[in-house]
Amino acid sequence: MKEDIRKNIDPTDVAGNEVHEFVTLNVGPTHPATHGVFQNVMTMDGEYVVDTTQTIGYIHRAFEKIAERRAYYQILPLTDRLNYCSSPLNNTGYLMAVEKLLGLEIPKRVQYMRVIIMELARIADHNVCNSVIGVDTGALTVFTYMFQDREKIYEIWEQICGSRLTTSIGRIGGFERNWNEKAWSLLRTFMKEYPPRLKEFETLLSRNRIFLDRTVDVGAISAEKALNYGFTGPNLRAAGVDYDVRIASPYCSYEDFEFIIPVGTTGDTHDRFMVRQEEMWQSMSIINQAIAKLDAMDDKETFNANNDFFVMPPKEKVYNDMESLIFHFKQVMGEIDPPKGEIYHAIEAGNGELGFYIVSDGGRSPYRLHFRRPCFIYYQGYPDMIKGNLLSDAIITLSSMNVIAGELDA
Amino acid sequence: MFVINQEIVDLTSEKLRNRFGEAILSEEAEMDMPVYVVKKEIIADLLRFLYDDETLKYRFLTTLCGIHYPESDQPFGVIYHLHSLENNQRIRIKTFTTIEDITIPSATAVFAGANWMERETFDFYGILFTGHPNLKRILNVDDMDYFPMRKEYPLEDGTRKDKNDDFFGR
Repeated sequence: MKEDIRKNIDPTDVAGNEVHEFVTLNVGPTHPATHGVFQNVMTMDGEYVVDTTQTIGYIHRAFEKIAERRAYYQILPLTDRLNYCSSPLNNTGYLMAVEKLLGLEIPKRVQYMRVIIMELARIADHNVCNSVIGVDTGALTVFTYMFQDREKIYEIWEQICGSRLTTSIGRIGGFERNWNEKAWSLLRTFMKEYPPRLKEFETLLSRNRIFLDRTVDVGAISAEKALNYGFTGPNLRAAGVDYDVRIASPYCSYEDFEFIIPVGTTGDTHDRFMVRQEEMWQSMSIINQAIAKLDAMDDKETFNANNDFFVMPPKEKVYNDMESLIFHFKQVMGEIDPPKGEIYHAIEAGNGELGFYIVSDGGRSPYRLHFRRPCFIYYQGYPDMIKGNLLSDAIITLSSMNVIAGELDA
Repeated sequence: MFVINQEIVDLTSEKLRNRFGEAILSEEAEMDMPVYVVKKEIIADLLRFLYDDETLKYRFLTTLCGIHYPESDQPFGVIYHLHSLENNQRIRIKTFTTIEDITIPSATAVFAGANWMERETFDFYGILFTGHPNLKRILNVDDMDYFPMRKEYPLEDGTRKDKNDDFFGR
């Protein structure tokens, strides 16, 4: 049925006999449907979108410029504010990039702990995105339920690093301290309680007649186009390309885990929804494997790399020992110089390949730090995806792409 | 860590040398991927060549960014990260230009995704991409009259006298 509707629109035929009256419609910059601060000036033919002009940059905070003046440790809080739905992914990605530059060896235990927090972050990210698709199709209930689970993930992070949304989790070489008992018990409870809730969420939406009518064939993009636009992550996989950084260039011992990369076929909103849904199940399985691996280890104490030069001394020592205090100060203020060189490191973040390109001239701060922000790159494909669709479809397409203003604008 | 597929790297170097010869200024293996510095005139052809090649298939533009070295003869550079998804090999391509002729051929004809990345680079460095369909500012306000990521613009307000951070930073 939708195919027939699209045929009725002929945006080029303005000067012809058939008269189209176009209306300009502003969606955003602050609008409940955009879930972030960015603007779309849409040209409408009745209810149909003819074209859209995107305006972004409303919350540009010049992170790349700031990073050129900050020591490596001080850049960590900036990365929180890229994709703020899954800060630990950004944090860990940045830390791994710096560790790659420094050439640090990270112990297996720390790597598995990082895998746990990264997969939790992925669940939190997809959780929000998928339940927001629910909101935009009129199913507000799922959103209120799923936010409770995100809350539980935040409680785990709170135990690990002390903060919830902008976490700054981890330090160069590992974590600032070992995880406490509370964190482990919260994690284990979450792993037990979350699957039935996720299952319930899935049954509420995935085969719901209304939801299917609203999402199937909406905002579709072909694999070739998606690749050409630089799509990554769930949006690319929904179009049928099985590119996942965790498999293509494994980091953080992802090669030790068994998991499946779900792919879609048509690249429409429903495929994006289902890919994210399946990725959450895969993340649960990865976390379970990581917990089992950690339980099987004799070592329960290692929480960072054994390197006195780049890794922060433990907090008790900083408070009670003069040398450690001085060293801690020097590290945070950037008097520990990294080697010269250039590296690019990428991780599979919630939205796709999150890359960090560091150019170091041996000074206290990076000479150049470039973030490859997946949102920024794939959001350019949006006009192509919504042309000829209904306005309400455009809104769902936007939320199913999971465009996060923080990541978009850096 | 990125896996290096040595066979493909050798093939890339060989094909680029055969096709572009002198225009490939240098090639070296950096920590994580091979790096080619090329003359700016050929950059669009080179990207097209790597895209079209049936074995190399560098068909994914991972990212594109600018860089500024004020002391150099050719202070402005653009850095491309390409990815051959089928061979799982990444390469980095750099090209530099002078401030007098601050133009670089656009990659938008090869990669649609280069559009915003080039706009961002223009926005922050003022590099003009010839052949770009819509080269205007993207993240900063339209009436800004300078290019903020250039090294001559300090991060802090230069008129402030109450802050002295000579000991920290550049």
